[in-house]
Amino acid sequence: MMTGSGAAVEVAGLTKVFGGGVRAVDGVDLVVPTGGVYGVLGPNGAGKTTFVRILATLLRPDGGRVRVFGRDVVEDAEGVRARVALTGQFASLDDDLTGAENLVLLGKLLGYGGRGARQRAAALLEGFGLSEAGGRQVKGYSGGMRRRLDIAASLVSRPDLLFLDEPTTGLDPRSRNHVWEMVRAVVAQGTTVLLTTQYLDEADRLASRIAVIDRGRVIAEGTKAELKASVGAGSVHVRLEDPASRERAAGVLDACLAGVTQREDDPVALTVRLGGGGAAAAGQAATALAELARAGIGVESFSLGQPSLDEVFLALTDDGSGADRAAGKVGV
Amino acid sequence: MTTVTGPGTGSESGAGTGPEGTAAPGPATNPNALIGALVAGERPPRPNALTTSLAFGWRAMLRIKHVPEQLFDVTAFPVMLVLMYTYLFGGALAGSTGEYLQYLLPGIMVTSVVMITMYTGMAVNTDISKGVLDRFRSLPVWRPSVMVGYLLGDMLRYVLASVMMLAIGLVMGYRPHGGAGGVIGGVALLLLFSFCFSWLWTMFGLLLRTEKAVIAVSMAVIFPLTFLSNVFVEPRTMPGWLQAFVNNSPLTHLCSAVRGLTEGTTPSAHIGWTLGWSALFVLVFGPVTMRLYARK
Repeated sequence: MMTGSGAAVEVAGLTKVFGGGVRAVDGVDLVVPTGGVYGVLGPNGAGKTTFVRILATLLRPDGGRVRVFGRDVVEDAEGVRARVALTGQFASLDDDLTGAENLVLLGKLLGYGGRGARQRAAALLEGFGLSEAGGRQVKGYSGGMRRRLDIAASLVSRPDLLFLDEPTTGLDPRSRNHVWEMVRAVVAQGTTVLLTTQYLDEADRLASRIAVIDRGRVIAEGTKAELKASVGAGSVHVRLEDPASRERAAGVLDACLAGVTQREDDPVALTVRLGGGGAAAAGQAATALAELARAGIGVESFSLGQPSLDEVFLALTDDGSGADRAAGKVGV
Repeated sequence: MTTVTGPGTGSESGAGTGPEGTAAPGPATNPNALIGALVAGERPPRPNALTTSLAFGWRAMLRIKHVPEQLFDVTAFPVMLVLMYTYLFGGALAGSTGEYLQYLLPGIMVTSVVMITMYTGMAVNTDISKGVLDRFRSLPVWRPSVMVGYLLGDMLRYVLASVMMLAIGLVMGYRPHGGAGGVIGGVALLLLFSFCFSWLWTMFGLLLRTEKAVIAVSMAVIFPLTFLSNVFVEPRTMPGWLQAFVNNSPLTHLCSAVRGLTEGTTPSAHIGWTLGWSALFVLVFGPVTMRLYARK
């Protein structure tokens, strides 16, 4: 596993214990491939931030190994720093300086000459829609502007791997969309992005591979499709015209679908979780719809959906650590 | 509630970069091609330690430019000290304020500058709490350059404080017999000592958790150190045990050296002791600071 060939990040047996014996990261093994967005999904306090800070050389691991582009984060921290950048949960900016000065400073520190640093700062400000605000002190920025500047600051170095720690937490929907657009633009150029989030929706939209972590451990890892398949192929949702026909409809669905039919709180709604593979699901659903019509049951709406990551998360935390914790754990 | 999120989110490949779920184009953000172009391209070569230290020093200058109020402690405060001590104690301690000023000025200059070095620790601590230090720590730069940057910015403040005190002193009748050369030599030695001594503060800035704690500890160090010296009075008026401390204090050596240089003599022994103490401060607190910085 620790071959260093091609993978952006290779983590083996990573452990971090804080004072008081809190195991913030507890034996994590992961491989993040080069390119695309890798999502690290977990509730508050799962250990996401600690994990990312170790990968970005800001924290030392207590056990295990981490290689970033084949370089060890402890033995060759400097080599790792040359290729990665981190935008943390809270802006790492100098509030007293202007937006432009923050970026020029980083440019100078990264080896751009005075003029080069100013040009790069101006280009970044323009790219992030901050040209007008560039001359103002950061302390006057809105939350969304601050986050954009913080991401721009991470790009001054042209990193090969960008860590984004909960990049949209606390942002309004429009600012959140901006951040997503930026992430897509950065990834399109071949930069790998490792993004932590507590929003299933965000991981679903951006990431191609996802690790689900809880209490410092990886409880599931894979492509989105794999994760969803692990809880079944999807669900059929049916809304009936007449609540009185629900039991009859449930009987029909049970007969022609290989799944479990649930009666929702809504007296006209039924949901069937499908167990089989993805391709077969559509065929099954079509059959089910035809059978309902043949039985003379009026259907108001009928839909087939992939399982959401919400369902994945609930299923994983249910299986892994008992139903008592599932309820309060999903941070959406 | 089992609700299926997002229409068509089931695509198996390339989901990370695909245009699915494209958000409304942001009014403030320019086309993504622009951001993409900012990521691609060559990186400049890694800059040397001097370049990065100067860049951090530039940051300190910018902070002074944006928050000029912070210069109060290096302008009004030293002038206040000169006026207060001269007219309060001059008559009692030296018979006349004029004579006392001649004795006091080099010493009060040393005291003021060494006192204001403690603001460095507060600056370090504030940066930690604001998170900006994380950004600097994740950069591939010579690590001590962040700290050297603080100290370079502070050098400007110390020069300003020294000039203010010399100016008010000259107006009040202080006459340095060492001339411009002696004064410059004295200030240079004072700056060198302050630069080296400040590594104590960078250590406290990293070690202590809050700015208040930094202030409290700094006060507890700085007051005994500056007052238990020969800055204000000749040590021979003190009890023996105190003389033992005062005569060997780094502040006494520094004060005697600066006093000698401004008076036109060359107090080699005191200069030697001052340089020795300076080296000791850097060699002890420099590595501790950098260790704490790496571990933070």
